[in-house]
Amino acid sequence: MLLIVFAFFVSLVFAVIAKDEALGQLRFGGLMFGGFIASAVVLGWLMYPFPL
Amino acid sequence: MRATAADETQSGTLVLLCLASWAIPGAGHFWLGRRSKGLIFLIALPLMFAIGVAIRGRLFPFELSDPLVGLAALADLGIGATYFIASALGYGGGEVRAVTYEYGNAFLIVAGLLNMLVVIDVYDIAMGRK
Repeated sequence: MLLIVFAFFVSLVFAVIAKDEALGQLRFGGLMFGGFIASAVVLGWLMYPFPL
Repeated sequence: MRATAADETQSGTLVLLCLASWAIPGAGHFWLGRRSKGLIFLIALPLMFAIGVAIRGRLFPFELSDPLVGLAALADLGIGATYFIASALGYGGGEVRAVTYEYGNAFLIVAGLLNMLVVIDVYDIAMGRK
């Protein structure tokens, strides 16, 4: 849950800084948010076999 | 070549603009007439900082003996006035035993760093680069 909130805020701010028009912001932010979530899931599974 | 009075006034305004943008997230964008962007920064960044404090993150002290702690403190300071208000009210002590401690630190540090990016964005807009 915290990961999703974190990804949302970071994507929102980056999208607003990087793009000026609403559609561009939505596309950039959505892509970044999806990238955050996808990379977290992938890295989580990659780390799964390793003990702490 | 000596700077003219107009140049000095302009650079003074630019410094003031960047300081305002640092102190209050989004203030620089409001100043430059980009109100929707300013409003998003004004809400998102202090909220992110508040979440970090609420989930027991720590506002790091300026300890130069430990470079990583010093850098984290510098990043925390990036959020501006919110940092001083939270410190004055006694928030941000951090609870290292809390499960959310590291997440709280990430929220606090990243909120500060994002506000620094916002200040750079304001500078770019003021210089006519965007």
